Amino acid sequence: MAAGLDPTQGLSNGVGARRRFGGALWRRPWLKGAALLSPPVLGFLLIYVAALVALFVYAFWTVDPFTSLTIHSWTLDNFRELWHGSTYHTVAFRTVSIAAAVTVTDAIIAFPFAYLMARLAGPRTRALLFILVLLPLWASYLARVYAWRLILNSDGLLNWSLHKVGLPSAGIAYTNTAMWIVFSYIWLPFMILPVYASLERIPHSYIEASRDLGAKGGRTLRSVILPLALPGVVAGSIFTFSLTLGDYITPVLVGGASSQFIGNVVYDSVNQASNLPFGAAFAVVPVVVMGIYLLAARKLGAFDAL
Amino acid sequence: MTKRMWALLATLAVAAAFPAAGATKQTGGTLNMIAWEGYLQPQWVTPFTKATGCTIHAKYGGSSDEMVTLMRSGGGNQYDMVSASGDASLRLIYGKDVQPVDPSKIPDFKNFGQAFKSPPNNTVGGKHYGISLQWGPNTLLYNTKSVKPAPTSWAAIYSPKYKGKVTVPDNPIQIADAALYLMKTNASLGIKDPYELNPTQFNAAVSLLKKQKPLIKKYWALASDEISLFKNNDAVIGASWPYQTNTLIADKAPVKDLVPKEGATGWLDTWMVSAKTKNLDCAYKWLAWISTPKVQAQQAIYFGETPVNSKACAIMDKLSKGSCAQYHANAPLKYFKQIYFWKTPIADCGNGKKNCMDYTKWQQAWTQLKG
Repeated sequence: MAAGLDPTQGLSNGVGARRRFGGALWRRPWLKGAALLSPPVLGFLLIYVAALVALFVYAFWTVDPFTSLTIHSWTLDNFRELWHGSTYHTVAFRTVSIAAAVTVTDAIIAFPFAYLMARLAGPRTRALLFILVLLPLWASYLARVYAWRLILNSDGLLNWSLHKVGLPSAGIAYTNTAMWIVFSYIWLPFMILPVYASLERIPHSYIEASRDLGAKGGRTLRSVILPLALPGVVAGSIFTFSLTLGDYITPVLVGGASSQFIGNVVYDSVNQASNLPFGAAFAVVPVVVMGIYLLAARKLGAFDAL
Repeated sequence: MTKRMWALLATLAVAAAFPAAGATKQTGGTLNMIAWEGYLQPQWVTPFTKATGCTIHAKYGGSSDEMVTLMRSGGGNQYDMVSASGDASLRLIYGKDVQPVDPSKIPDFKNFGQAFKSPPNNTVGGKHYGISLQWGPNTLLYNTKSVKPAPTSWAAIYSPKYKGKVTVPDNPIQIADAALYLMKTNASLGIKDPYELNPTQFNAAVSLLKKQKPLIKKYWALASDEISLFKNNDAVIGASWPYQTNTLIADKAPVKDLVPKEGATGWLDTWMVSAKTKNLDCAYKWLAWISTPKVQAQQAIYFGETPVNSKACAIMDKLSKGSCAQYHANAPLKYFKQIYFWKTPIADCGNGKKNCMDYTKWQQAWTQLKG
């Protein structure tokens, strides 16, 4: 009792232990790094990698067609069906091509906008433009897709406007064109922001140097600004491409009779057929596509600025 | 003193933490139920709990397939009952997830329409695996302004006349609609039952749907999708449920629906009891309660479907005038003869042959059709 109440002893014990611990960390810097990093790394492993591993493992199992129970024996049947089923080629091709079309569209729209924000606008206009870019992200994704449905459908805003100026109706409601438009709209901010960041980083002196050397506007754009902004475009394209690749809600809401994405087939095989393994096998496809895409992006220097 | 106070507090804490345990023993117990949204409304669940002491925990399923998956989750003893539609019930019966029930314990069973006492989607080998609940037809819905003359046959959704303005449900069971049309228009295929299709018949139905695909505006997944398609003139004709028709008419849209001359497919839901339920007593009490005319009428009006208890008609009219006739609750037997209720396609054709296409094949064909 008396010992426990002696303040000096307790304090010196605690300080000693802390000093020894601190000393150990100081002598071995890697230990400090490991101690600091291990919780987030463990969390990352659990949340991201474990889910991906589970996906891969499931892809090699099958389901008993009658009882819907998973059969835990290794087989390549799911991949064989994906390889031979022409439907799945069509769906994968549609998903990748729309994702690519959306990416190109967003890059073309985003570049002048980001250029305006980064190099031409004053501080107040720039703040206003930032708000304009980010404003749609404050509203629900679903609300925005439904809003597009109201614009595009037969009796919608688009056709109403076309009729007002004496043009015929555009029948793009519930088509792949509608999906392309809606995706391009929804993911545009994810392209503008990285392009803006890369454009803003170009020192003004480079452009002045280009002019001093006699280059006109077009030449400066092609030889100085575009190459320096390219990593930003590629970084933005990773967002737009992967977000489109993984989406399955927009195809359901604004797609037509032939608008299935990989995500929709995965959803149906899990929810209609209770066939999680087949869904998992098909879900490996976008992972592989993204892997290839990221490798290509690294070659183009998208990660240099990170 | 202090010790005794602690002991007292601990007892109180334990008592407070487990009031449910004490209550369960006194009363009927708890039923964990999987149901369609709208099937377990306080309107008829609260009086049930009051009358029997059985409490109900609802889990809403979004699709028949989800319900089957839920019933099988956790080794099949997580849920006590399920409101299974015809495209799920046989899977549950053959999967041994549900148990037979004795209809003689349900007082209102004798008042059920003849078609609903032992329908093939919940009665196998003379055993009743559950009690029929409510039903509805899959009707032909059309816009009265654009579709002239008024259609009388399902041929309207397979003819190029309304190209790009047709909508049908996004559901593999839609293959049965095509099979039903072929059954009545192409006798050489010899289709006897739109859910029991041998490979030739199945391929004929799928190729009819493939020919229909260019005419389709959209395969609708949610009832609200179809409502919006019809409201905005993106579709003028399609396969539907009475619910959409009623909603559109309430919105003053120019639409009508009918059961065409070939007949129609329909859904019939059944309350089934899990094979592993620990509360059979409460389950029977629920089956009896949900079959009474008043509850049948309440649910019919709430959800927009038709009760199986023929005595519900008078109460429906009392709750909402004309609703009995509107939902065909008083229709004669010959009306039901033209409705082919959903049932899970299985390999057993019912005629001794085992070469029929099972539901997995239906689902694959549907995915491939949508492409």
